[in-house]
Amino acid sequence: MFLINCPYCGERDQQEFKAGGEAHIERPKQPTELSDDEWAEYLFMRKNIKGVQFERWNHAHGCRKWFNMVRDTSNDEIKAIYKMGEKPPAQ
Amino acid sequence: MTKTLRVKSSEYIDETNRISFKFNGKTYHGFKGDTLASALLANDVHLVGRSFKYHRPRGIMTSGSEEPNAIVQVNPGTNRTEPNVRATEVEIYEGLEASSQNCWPSVEFDIGGINNFLSPFFPAGFYYKTFMWPASFWEKYEFFIRHSAGLGKSPTSSDPDIYDHRNIHCDVLVVGAGISGILAAKIAAKKNFKTLLVDEKNELGGSTIFENNEFNKIDNKTPSEWLKKEIEELKNIKNLEIKTRTSVAAYHQYNYLLARENLTDHLEAKDKTNKIRQRLLKIRAKKVILATGALERPLIFNNNDRPGIMLSSAVKKYSEFYGVACGSKNVFFTNNDSAYESALSLYNKGINVEAIIDIREQSESKIVKKVKEAGIKIYWSHSIVDTAGYKRLNSVSIMQLSNDGSSVTGSKISISCDCLGIAGGWTPAVHLYTQSGSKLKFDEEKKVFVPNQNTSEQISVGSCGGDFKIDEIIKNLNHKLKDTLNIKGTDLDNIKVEIDQENSKRNIWLLPSDKPLGKTKPFVDYQNDATAKDIKLALREGFRSIEHVKRYTTTGMGTDQGKLGNMHALGIIADTAGVKMGELGTTTFRPPYTPLTFGTIVGRNVGKFFDIFRRTSMNDWHVENKAEFENVGQWKRAWYYPINGETMHQAVQRESKAARESAGILDASTLGKIDIQGSDASEFLNRVYTNAWSKLAIGKCRYGLMLNEDGMVYDDGVTTRLGENHYIMTTTTGGAANVLGKLEDYLQTEWPELDVYLTSVTDHYATVSLCGPNSKKILKKIILDLDLSDENFPHMSFKESKIGNIQCRIMRISFTGEHSYEINVQASYGKDLWEKCMEAGQEFNITPYGTETMHLLRAEKGFIIVGQDTDGTMTPIDLQMDWIVSKKKYDFIGKRSLYRSDTMREDRKQLVGLLTDDPNIVLEEGAQIVSELNQSPVEMLGHVTSSYFSPNLKKSIALAVVRGGKDMMGKKLFVPMENKNINVTVASPVFYDEKNERLNA
Ligand SMILES: [Zn+2]
Repeated sequence: MFLINCPYCGERDQQEFKAGGEAHIERPKQPTELSDDEWAEYLFMRKNIKGVQFERWNHAHGCRKWFNMVRDTSNDEIKAIYKMGEKPPAQ
Repeated sequence: MTKTLRVKSSEYIDETNRISFKFNGKTYHGFKGDTLASALLANDVHLVGRSFKYHRPRGIMTSGSEEPNAIVQVNPGTNRTEPNVRATEVEIYEGLEASSQNCWPSVEFDIGGINNFLSPFFPAGFYYKTFMWPASFWEKYEFFIRHSAGLGKSPTSSDPDIYDHRNIHCDVLVVGAGISGILAAKIAAKKNFKTLLVDEKNELGGSTIFENNEFNKIDNKTPSEWLKKEIEELKNIKNLEIKTRTSVAAYHQYNYLLARENLTDHLEAKDKTNKIRQRLLKIRAKKVILATGALERPLIFNNNDRPGIMLSSAVKKYSEFYGVACGSKNVFFTNNDSAYESALSLYNKGINVEAIIDIREQSESKIVKKVKEAGIKIYWSHSIVDTAGYKRLNSVSIMQLSNDGSSVTGSKISISCDCLGIAGGWTPAVHLYTQSGSKLKFDEEKKVFVPNQNTSEQISVGSCGGDFKIDEIIKNLNHKLKDTLNIKGTDLDNIKVEIDQENSKRNIWLLPSDKPLGKTKPFVDYQNDATAKDIKLALREGFRSIEHVKRYTTTGMGTDQGKLGNMHALGIIADTAGVKMGELGTTTFRPPYTPLTFGTIVGRNVGKFFDIFRRTSMNDWHVENKAEFENVGQWKRAWYYPINGETMHQAVQRESKAARESAGILDASTLGKIDIQGSDASEFLNRVYTNAWSKLAIGKCRYGLMLNEDGMVYDDGVTTRLGENHYIMTTTTGGAANVLGKLEDYLQTEWPELDVYLTSVTDHYATVSLCGPNSKKILKKIILDLDLSDENFPHMSFKESKIGNIQCRIMRISFTGEHSYEINVQASYGKDLWEKCMEAGQEFNITPYGTETMHLLRAEKGFIIVGQDTDGTMTPIDLQMDWIVSKKKYDFIGKRSLYRSDTMREDRKQLVGLLTDDPNIVLEEGAQIVSELNQSPVEMLGHVTSSYFSPNLKKSIALAVVRGGKDMMGKKLFVPMENKNINVTVASPVFYDEKNERLNA
């Protein structure tokens, strides 16, 4: 059970949060211009890395804000947390 | 006749407080301070259980939580009974009863003991290999296995005790109150760290408190004297909380630990009442100091499991701490110096020590010299090759060890004894350390796994960190504490420590016998009856991974998780396979370290299901009027209102007819309601719904369908434009929270440029749905000042008005196809509004109806219910709702997916109506649909999603999803059921009032 430092509320228990999958997958601005394959790439393809992964998290039972997290999935170490729209830290 | 082996008064045993207890029905006596194990040993009782597979007689092996054999059922037959309790951890009290497990009819005569004589037929994997064939015999085997297996019995009546949870936040958590833990806690607290010290035992001090080696000194005092003074000083330290009888069960990431605090298990029944029995401590610690000590290892030799064979350290603890001699003729078997301390402890109390058998060639330490001076016979370079005595050890046979330790030579000597203390060295208790995710490394010299890479703010001190000598322990502890707490001078800087010289041990994982391995029983896992032979067999059969060998042989899979024998199992595998232990790795230690009760886990959350109930403000009325309820998400919704003993079917038929013929009233408060405001609100709706919203006039309502990005229907509902930049959206009852979450997600992450604010107002409004041809007349009676004509207030529009003094929002919308209104008021006025409607409707026989009738009425109209007629694989096109998908809009959530090759297939499952040829047969929801009957295998075309008997149409109607169903209008299909095939015809899903004439009736 990890502690997550919500960028809006501070440290809270993991129970208050919801994981939202891989981060930095932008919804295409012009979906109609995409081929089936390109659209499928956006729609279905997600990484599941053992190691450092960029993820979206939501403080679902708190401020309801979405933010990004860099987490090492092999040991659950949270390496960084930053707001939506902010640049990911250099790795 | 039992004799007493109480040898000396101990300060931890209160001999003025005599306690009687029962074990296996017989009354014994002990003293306050005894454990069940020490009290039984004082009464010369060693035989306490039978082993799991061979039902071999087993005795008390240890003095702590690592005990594999002395597993008992406490207070059998009562509502406080508990199985699988370690006798070494049960503190006795007046009236305690306990019994052996895994034996029938008694521990003295156990019928399963026959397995022992059959044991050549019970090799590793026996169950897997034997009972696989023939398959049809499994039931017979299972009966036999279940009857003869089993560890203890769970209670059959409810638990009378109270359990609790507590959250603790501290700067420093110290686990284990041996010498290292006490010193660490003391220093941390004195340096102003908020510190919590926990220990599973009832007394502080660990093993140092009964340390008896007179050659070890701290500040010229014996370590036990010195430590007692330190413990005394703890009382005056602020910032320090101490919890005894508290066992840490789990160590999760981020220094989150769970511990069980035992509060009443040691008390008499009369003192247990109305007190908290156990408390689960949820600890968040900034830093964790593990001082969990080390567990003594047994030695693995032939027949090493007889009652009377114990760990040498346990023999010492029983003697020094409990004042109990475990035998009257004692022998020790060792590979290091620690057995000499145990031997001296007994010798000093006048108890007979027959011999010490040491596999080493010699040792020069002072304590060994002292033993020699005492005249105790030492057999150097010898090993035990066999033991004798079925229910109690009566002798051991020893032989000379070869130089390489792989065989024995010379003549066999038999030594008569009733207790054998075995000392195989020490294993750091790293279980919690590895649970935290930290990694071990193997120390080839000490033959132990020690902490290596820490993943959280933690240190391991004392013997769990690989330090076994007191001087080493104190030096390294001081250094690690300064480092981790970032402090300078400590009390430990000027301590003077003298220690006895210790000779290195000689490690042989599996000791040889004069018999071949196939003829011997060297137990590695006592609780699961796994022997060295089983492990070697597994390797011969090709198992290589330690995790596989563990599962195949069941080594380490008992309730003790193999705390004693795991290292030997690894050692034997490494030796046999010719690999280094460090390369082999260990098996995973999983929480809990010691078992937890269910009571501790659930705490106060007992009784009713611990989930939130949501009730509408009209709920009391529904209860008073005998409604039956159904759960919709967390909501309790009125399902139907039976009168005069009606069945559900009768009630629903009556309600459905009334709603169409005159007037019905439904509590629709549970529908999700989201208030949407902001200058981009219209654009936002354009993006989330499939249809267009920009041109919706203020005061008008529109039905919307929301898709997932994959094009599948996600939710639906009516949204009303309240103002230029203000909408109120309704969602399905069950989907409300998810819809809000999804919309927030898009707003925050994809479209942060939109000026839109979402607020859930579901709980703020109560909603009455008034429907039927007389609904207008009823509303007219109670509404002030509102023109209800179709011109002023047409279908799909909205008005604000007042009913009595209640401000209300009224939408003229319909989910039944009838002329109807949804009246929203501030939630606290819900019941008042409902009663006003009932009163006004009395002359029209207004009929309250529940969710079942609502479902029936909408099915007559072919309106879908998201989640019932859809299942996350239906597009709007599949639902024949093409009309709601805007062709003009450039984009909306899910639009692109509607043009994927898969979503455009002609043979997708599509929503259709089904009519049974016999109008009285109602199909079962979920029933499969086929087009052929005499074909095998038959293709299943789809299934029934909604099905009712319509009282308004006087026939059975159903909605279904059918592959290619759109083009099957009028086609005959079949619904095969268990006993009959039902003939059906594909029809339009709209069964009633296809032209929507009743909306304006
Ligand atoms: Zn937050």
